[in-house]
Amino acid sequence: MAVRDYIRERFMPHIWCPGCGHGIVMNTLIRAVENLGLRKNDIIMVSGIGCSARITGYLDFHTLHTLHGRALAFATGVKLGRPDLHIIVPMGDGDATAIGGNHFIHAARRNIDMTAIIMNNRIYGMTGGQYSPLSGYGRMATTAPYGNIDQAFDIVELAWSAGATFVARTTTYHAHDMVTILEKAIVHKGFSVVEVLSQCPTYYGRKNKLGDAVEMMKSYQKGTTPIGSNAKKQNPDLVERGIFVQEEKPEYCTEYEKIIQKVKGEKQR
Amino acid sequence: MTKQILFLQGNDVCVEAAIYAGVNFFAGYPITPATEIVERLAEQLPRKGGKFIQMEDEIASMCAIIGASLTGMKSMTATSGPGFSLKQEAIGYAVMAEIPCVIVNVQRGGPSTGMPTCVSQGDVMQARWGTHGDHAIITMTASNHQDVFATTVEAFNLAETYRTPVILLFDEVIGHMRERLIMPEPGEIPLIERLRTSVKEGTDYHPYLPRDDGRLPMSDFGGVHRFNVTGLVHDMWGFPSNNPNIAHGLMRHLVDKIENHVSEIAKVKEYYLDDADGILISYGSPARSARHVVENRRKRGIRLGLLELQTLWPFPAEKVRDLCSKAKYILVVELNMGQIMQEVKKAVEDPGKVFLANKIDGTFISPTDIRNIIRLIQGKGV
Ligand SMILES: Cc1ncc(C[n+]2csc(CCOP(=O)(O)OP(=O)(O)O)c2C)c(N)n1
Ligand code: SF4
Repeated sequence: MAVRDYIRERFMPHIWCPGCGHGIVMNTLIRAVENLGLRKNDIIMVSGIGCSARITGYLDFHTLHTLHGRALAFATGVKLGRPDLHIIVPMGDGDATAIGGNHFIHAARRNIDMTAIIMNNRIYGMTGGQYSPLSGYGRMATTAPYGNIDQAFDIVELAWSAGATFVARTTTYHAHDMVTILEKAIVHKGFSVVEVLSQCPTYYGRKNKLGDAVEMMKSYQKGTTPIGSNAKKQNPDLVERGIFVQEEKPEYCTEYEKIIQKVKGEKQR
Repeated sequence: MTKQILFLQGNDVCVEAAIYAGVNFFAGYPITPATEIVERLAEQLPRKGGKFIQMEDEIASMCAIIGASLTGMKSMTATSGPGFSLKQEAIGYAVMAEIPCVIVNVQRGGPSTGMPTCVSQGDVMQARWGTHGDHAIITMTASNHQDVFATTVEAFNLAETYRTPVILLFDEVIGHMRERLIMPEPGEIPLIERLRTSVKEGTDYHPYLPRDDGRLPMSDFGGVHRFNVTGLVHDMWGFPSNNPNIAHGLMRHLVDKIENHVSEIAKVKEYYLDDADGILISYGSPARSARHVVENRRKRGIRLGLLELQTLWPFPAEKVRDLCSKAKYILVVELNMGQIMQEVKKAVEDPGKVFLANKIDGTFISPTDIRNIIRLIQGKGV
């Protein structure tokens, strides 16, 4: 299929600003689905609220646009209803780690089979540039007019320690890598997390004087390096990208199905 | 065939009824005095091939049942005051996206952590207006275990009929009291199944285009039709819209589909109302004491009646007005500061004749408490 076959043209024009990284994530996701040969009917997308969350409406899958922070909780119910389908949950960094932080760590802990894509622009785009748990110390935001004093999460470490069985990081600059990573994340049986550094030139870029979208993407090129590279050893400030975790653990829906098979038809004790 | 007779807590009866109604998904978080519902379903659901999950909080539980219901499952959650507060945003989502589900609130004393093990009916208005925005909602209650059963089944039926969240507002006394239940036979209480679209695959399908009667035949999410579901104002495709006409039409549809059917939805029980000079209006566990008073007075030839509300929302205002038109006084018996009394005042011709017999201290209201208030109304002194 062509890329446009996955897009709901009725929904266009989209709401994203020129240069927003979220569109690159959408494009890349389509390519990953296409490469995997999945049918549109086999994919359910569940999102919360934010610029990033709008990706669901634009794609011609089964799409559920829910509440700020709650996408994974809705998705858990959907997955238990349709364990046979692929669930993809695109989220903003605020959506996933502030208001939705609790659902995020618990979905990871359960190792329920779905793919969380965290589109990390280090800011609240939708509401106009307030700081998020990913903004970072010293950064500027409309609600941190004197510089942010909050420390940032590391999404990879957070997901890893919470129990996610597939954890990766990539950026909008590395779109080709992103396709491969998303493919692996989608077919992974268990809770998979892909953090994508995605530029918000409108707020994070402007507030922090990071230049336009192209400059921000170049900073992803310069500021990141493959996991375990020599460059990282020389410059510990570089952010690593690639697949950090890929392991097998009992998956929630499969385990629940085993319980049903064991006790089905039993009378009350 | 002799019927099965069980001796159960109200919370257990609620579970038995939910299973009778075909519940196959439950998500919840433990809280007194609703925990028994959560525990019993954890045990029962997998035996019936259904699914249970204890989520990380009540917000997540509410969201999960909405997700599961969308895929076609009959879904339910159960909680009490603090958890009910947490669920409110997502209840509004179910209203907006028209997703059938049942929310049980076994009420305890509030606000805040309040009196976890004590009875209250303080959440009546929260059930009506807890989530933000104009909306309609269905809320039901019961005063004995046979009615807990019937009402719970009815809650599922109404949720499916109107594609809406339905709130079951029980209370601690009903939840924990043990009483006889005559188990209805399969088929004895009719079950209403979800209306599903007959539109074939590949045809342009409108998930949010109601029929003329206001019902919405929706395709199960994840099935042959791909569509968008959102909590934003949306058009018939489920696409977000800021068009004032679409917004107006949707708001009217969401409210009218329930408010225009009050007479079909709302149920009351009438005891000795025909010739009653005084009418007690009550619901939930206090209706037991109210009934006791009425039966007792009738034996002495005193013309007292009881109107028991089984549906709180939509409030059956017309019915209350008609039934109370000849009464000299109306005494609302409830365990809060007059939440239903205010509705009764709005409904009747002369609000001046509406009085309140209540308790707000976590204890149950006794027949003596009610009798004393009646004496005060009659100027007799206690
Ligand atoms: C309960 C609730 N609180 C607050 C909001 C307002 N709100 C909408 S999106 C958003 C943050 C968006 O930031 P992020 O999740 O990082 O996504 P982005 O827009 O940057 O893609 C907020 C605070 C809301 N919709 N609901
Ligand atoms: S505000 Fe930022 S995140 Fe939102 S669309 Fe614009 S660039 Fe993208």
